[in-house]
Amino acid sequence: MTGTAVDLIWLAPALALLGFVLNGTLALTRPNSKTLVSVIGAGVLLAAFAVAVAVFSAFAGLHAEEPFVFRYWSWIPVGTLQIDFAFQVDQLSLIMLLVVTGVGSLIHLFSIGYMKEDPGYARYFAYLNLFIFFMLVLVLGASFPVMFVGWEGVGLCSYLLIGFWFSEAANATVGRKAFIMNRIGDFGFMVAMFMIFWSTGSLDFGTVFTHAPNALAAGGKTVTVITLFLFLGCTGKSAQIPLYTWLPDAMAGPTPVSALIHAATMVTAGVYLVARCNLLFAMAPVSSAVVAGVGALTALFAATMALKQWDIKKVLAYSTISQLGYMFLGVGTGAISAGIFHLVTHAFFKALLFLGSGSVIFALHRAYHHTHSHEDAQDMRNMGGLARYMPWTTALMWIATLAIAGVPPLSGFFSKDEILTSAYARGQGDVVWLVFWGLALVAALLTAFYMTRLMLYTFHGPNRTGEKEQEHLHEAPWIMTGPLLLLGIFSAAGGVINIPELYHGNAWLHHWLEPITQSSAPLLPAEHLAPATEWMLVGIAVAVALTGIVGALRLLKPEALVPAAKAPEERGFARILKNKWYVDEIYDALIVRPLVWLSREVLWKQIDQRVIDAAGVNGAARGARAIGWANRWLQNGQVGVYVAVFVVGVLLILWRATS
Amino acid sequence: MLLSPALAISAVLFVLGVAGVLFRRNAIIIFMCVELMLNAVNLTFVALAQSLGMGGQVFVFFVMAVAAAEAAVGLAIILAVYRHKQSVSLQNMNLLKDG
Repeated sequence: MTGTAVDLIWLAPALALLGFVLNGTLALTRPNSKTLVSVIGAGVLLAAFAVAVAVFSAFAGLHAEEPFVFRYWSWIPVGTLQIDFAFQVDQLSLIMLLVVTGVGSLIHLFSIGYMKEDPGYARYFAYLNLFIFFMLVLVLGASFPVMFVGWEGVGLCSYLLIGFWFSEAANATVGRKAFIMNRIGDFGFMVAMFMIFWSTGSLDFGTVFTHAPNALAAGGKTVTVITLFLFLGCTGKSAQIPLYTWLPDAMAGPTPVSALIHAATMVTAGVYLVARCNLLFAMAPVSSAVVAGVGALTALFAATMALKQWDIKKVLAYSTISQLGYMFLGVGTGAISAGIFHLVTHAFFKALLFLGSGSVIFALHRAYHHTHSHEDAQDMRNMGGLARYMPWTTALMWIATLAIAGVPPLSGFFSKDEILTSAYARGQGDVVWLVFWGLALVAALLTAFYMTRLMLYTFHGPNRTGEKEQEHLHEAPWIMTGPLLLLGIFSAAGGVINIPELYHGNAWLHHWLEPITQSSAPLLPAEHLAPATEWMLVGIAVAVALTGIVGALRLLKPEALVPAAKAPEERGFARILKNKWYVDEIYDALIVRPLVWLSREVLWKQIDQRVIDAAGVNGAARGARAIGWANRWLQNGQVGVYVAVFVVGVLLILWRATS
Repeated sequence: MLLSPALAISAVLFVLGVAGVLFRRNAIIIFMCVELMLNAVNLTFVALAQSLGMGGQVFVFFVMAVAAAEAAVGLAIILAVYRHKQSVSLQNMNLLKDG
């Protein structure tokens, strides 16, 4: 207990849980009381954000080097395994707390407008509040198991919200896909937890990170395996190669959900986990290189797939995977603050992009609804020229696009540049990091290209929505554009929290996170770049971003597009990209189908039907029947026979008794 | 001194009873054969009571009492079966047989 507002940290998750309980009750009893649901749903989030701000300012005033751990109750006391339900307040969890409640509040407000007509309104807000609760447990948990509760909880809410419109079978299926792929990652998380307990004797963050340098050999096998399993958990939750395929499909959920869960918060949990365990990853250079390598590869690979998607949300989904790859490149290189910085700025501009696309889909959906058309409201080939109808959305989306592309001085420029610079700096010692840097740089080029493509096809050129529909296209209501505006300001100016010393900034976030990263810092090679080199890297990054944007503007012709219904099939390489490198099909052929075949043909038709059912269950029945059949002459219903048997039996007994 | 002939007669009577139960089909005859077996046993009891004490003779009364009760119930059953089937042959009494 500190005697300050920091003690109130429990209030933030408690408020979200309260919102879930109230909205859940309303969803079951009075699903149409939408005003009350909105007030509760968004109200608890705004209150939680206020708590977060109060805790943050109180914590900043304390200048604490050590984290504050609040133990609420003993959760799992088993022998030497003592796990308390405890929250940990430190620099890292506070940053996450602010992002989750801040961006979460804006998305809740946006949802009020976006989901207004939905019959599942109360259920939607109940799930959303529950998600925030679990996300706060995830970031505030003071031990691996408490974090794991949040980790599983957000997965559950993700599943519930992806399949929110479950009356269409396809939505329910992709919800299951997301859940199952996450379970593969969770398996890794759990194995890592077991190994951590086995080697350090504890699961509390504080104890583990204190004991780890003594209990584990730096660079040794154990720590490498632990961190690799932890990273397997991250690839599931944060949609990295090889477990990323669920995220694009997760776009079946409502768009604000995509913004909140599948862009700004939940999918960054893996980055948070690596940042939290930065000491373990620093002790395992191989794992760090794997993290960075997978991150860089994912950044590039996902960016290529974003190039040819027509669904506006799918483009953003691949973009999210790609940007998450950048974050992993950052935390993998040991630049924890750079990774977290990109996490924060990405939360701003990606939430803005998703909400902006939500407002576009909202407008198109409404227009099609008016004209009773069944065209796809998410297909960019049905958009075009929307800048005339939606000036606010267009302007704000452009800010986010320039930010994600890395155009100075918007937020994404600073965060992405810092990641690229630290990767390049590690390349001084080992050339493999230069390869990662190169991959990320190409990904940056593609990012600028596909984002400009999205803007160009959606907002510029001629309108392809349809003659009748055009008069129904309007800007979204203020409850939706308001949050967009705030996110636009953050996307533009978010970089100020960590302006590097190169520009005479104070690198606030970097210094703020030093208590978290100081234990791992001595383990990492200290690479310093000359200012001239840094300026050169900045120049390259900006040139790449501008090339991408200008290239897209020059190469793409929105005038030549035709609406989705009449569009021709892609050919050649474009077709491969459109079909996402056929990764889903490859997984299907290599894993899903053999597994289904094994289950159906061997486990079901052989083991279950032939062995258990046939030999076991029916075999026992058949055995009993055979014995009965063999002896049934004894019971033929003729009294005379019974008497004869009886007499023979008596004679036998007498004979035995006398002889 | 009459023990051996008495036991021999009772054995013959008993075997006759058993044979009757085994080989006759008429329920009344089977019933009489059962009575025959009971009385063969009674004869054994009485014969042996000469040398082994009065217990055998007392037991005979019990057997006769039980036989009387059994005769009442048994004849009632046979009568009921006859009313039902117009026959007292055991060959027709095979309802337990599976077709």
